[in-house]
Amino acid sequence: MAQISMEQKPVPKRKKDNLAVRFAKQWDIQLMVLPALALIFVFSYIPMYGILMAFQDYNIFKGMAESPWAGLKHFRMFFEAPEFANVMRNTIVISLLKFFIGFPAPILLALMLNEVRHMFFKRMVQTVSYLPHFLSWVIVSGFVISMLSTDNGSVNILLTNLNLVEEPINFLSIPEYFWAILVTTGVWKEIGFSSIVYLAAVAGVDPHMYEAADMDGASKFRQIFTITLPSIMPVVIIFMILSIGNLLSAGFEDILLLAKNPVLREVSDVIDTYVYRIGIENSRFSYATAVGLFKAVISVMLLTIANLIARRSGNSLW
Amino acid sequence: MVRLGFGDRVMMVVIYIFLTLLAFVTFYPFWNALVVSLNTGADTAMGGVTFWPRSFTLENYEIVFQDKRLLNGFAISVARTVVGTFCSILVTSIFAYGMTKRELIGRKYYMIMCIITMYFGGGLIPSFMLIRSLGLMDSFWVYIIPTLVSVWNMIIFRTFFQGLPAGLEESAKIDGSGNWGIFFRIILPLSGPVIATLSLFTAVGHWNEWFLPSIYISKNELLPIQTILNQILNSNIMSEQMSNLDSASQAVLSRMQSVTTKSLSMATMIVATIPIIMVYPFVQKHFVKGVLIGSLKE
Repeated sequence: MAQISMEQKPVPKRKKDNLAVRFAKQWDIQLMVLPALALIFVFSYIPMYGILMAFQDYNIFKGMAESPWAGLKHFRMFFEAPEFANVMRNTIVISLLKFFIGFPAPILLALMLNEVRHMFFKRMVQTVSYLPHFLSWVIVSGFVISMLSTDNGSVNILLTNLNLVEEPINFLSIPEYFWAILVTTGVWKEIGFSSIVYLAAVAGVDPHMYEAADMDGASKFRQIFTITLPSIMPVVIIFMILSIGNLLSAGFEDILLLAKNPVLREVSDVIDTYVYRIGIENSRFSYATAVGLFKAVISVMLLTIANLIARRSGNSLW
Repeated sequence: MVRLGFGDRVMMVVIYIFLTLLAFVTFYPFWNALVVSLNTGADTAMGGVTFWPRSFTLENYEIVFQDKRLLNGFAISVARTVVGTFCSILVTSIFAYGMTKRELIGRKYYMIMCIITMYFGGGLIPSFMLIRSLGLMDSFWVYIIPTLVSVWNMIIFRTFFQGLPAGLEESAKIDGSGNWGIFFRIILPLSGPVIATLSLFTAVGHWNEWFLPSIYISKNELLPIQTILNQILNSNIMSEQMSNLDSASQAVLSRMQSVTTKSLSMATMIVATIPIIMVYPFVQKHFVKGVLIGSLKE
């Protein structure tokens, strides 16, 4: 123990043990990290090596070492595929919709909750709205399917009772409604839970600022925009950067589970579900890997750009 | 207390109405699923069952609890959640403690190796190929091993450990404890809150995961309840759904003509949700803290 802490200090230049000896001396702490790093290597880095499949004509029987190289063939195939335009449009539109609706929604909720003075009411809304975050997408999709079903789904019961529709609408088989259903479900599931960080940020605002604003006669409404929002801006920006990196992740589980009706494919097929369908279901491994890589590269680029912009404003992640 | 102006009073009314609506819209699907699951299927099919069961019955649950496949799925889910969470938290916290050591040779490179995986990965297909070549397909361990180490949790643990007073470790060292001894006797007992929070999130992740089993597991007896539930929800036609049940339940079913796809699906959904609902009130205060730990140290 003592030697280790001696080596920490750079000043007394004692004879320095070579790396192997120093490594052997700290075998106990290396033993803490190396097994975990080995797992990370196997389950994260070997798949990264597996990406090379995208540039091969992968053959299951030959394996990666023997399969012939194919250059950029699979990427070219994707760009020329008849599905390409549709998949890209859906990916971009759905992720933008989720970003522009799903990102501000929890901020709005946090601002509203912050104005509530009845603690019981506030806690009840919080408890209820956090809950869906903890449910699996299977359950949530089950709720959505049951609420919207023509077989006495509550939404159709409501609409018929209000005389808004004649016949129950089969919402999950009409392409026009799909994006709205998907985005609403996503907001429903995450709005409460995502609001936690913003609520904490709001709670950290100096109360003296509100007192001063009260003195000056500013309305509560005005204080939200002149005090609360500017105060939580740093948090908002960090989370915005994070979600920009995810812009091409339009969704996977939610789309897989809500768009079971093949009629919806033209509006529901995004990069991730496309990769799943052609890769796992059709076993076109090389092609699917190429499509996945295309997405991953763009995502990393988006994140880097977003971070560069944020660094200008002094809110960098790195 | 400053008196609210007219505009502010309007705003407060709007806020209260909105929040009440939000709470209702969030709660109602649960409630309705519960109500439908406690109502006879035939009666539900007549329409109008919303807030309260009209023709109360437990027969939907009887079928669910007679179905060996569902019970087995439930057991698999419990097993993977308990074993997976325990192992993952243990391995990840030991890893994190090692990473707090300044003298650790290669610490910087280890950290870079971890962080890269947070931004870039091999993707679905290469991971699928890996699992297949490791022989983890159709094995219970596919639930446990690939998720043993979570980089995200490691960083949260590390931040927490670094915040513990350094004097504790020093005095234990003087008493002659090694690093492993310090970790198990001093660090872990002091880490209750962070262990509780991260265990909760890990456990919820395990309980809710349904997709990977659907591609990695083909043996029915290894499927977790969420994946089975998805298969049940998928089969729209009653006969198809009934064929998913085993013979014991089908015998019960033939006595109960009034059970429908919908009532059965809802009962299964409630059964799959109950564990979450039951632990939820106890852990609510923990996860709020946990989210904040996680977001402070990005």
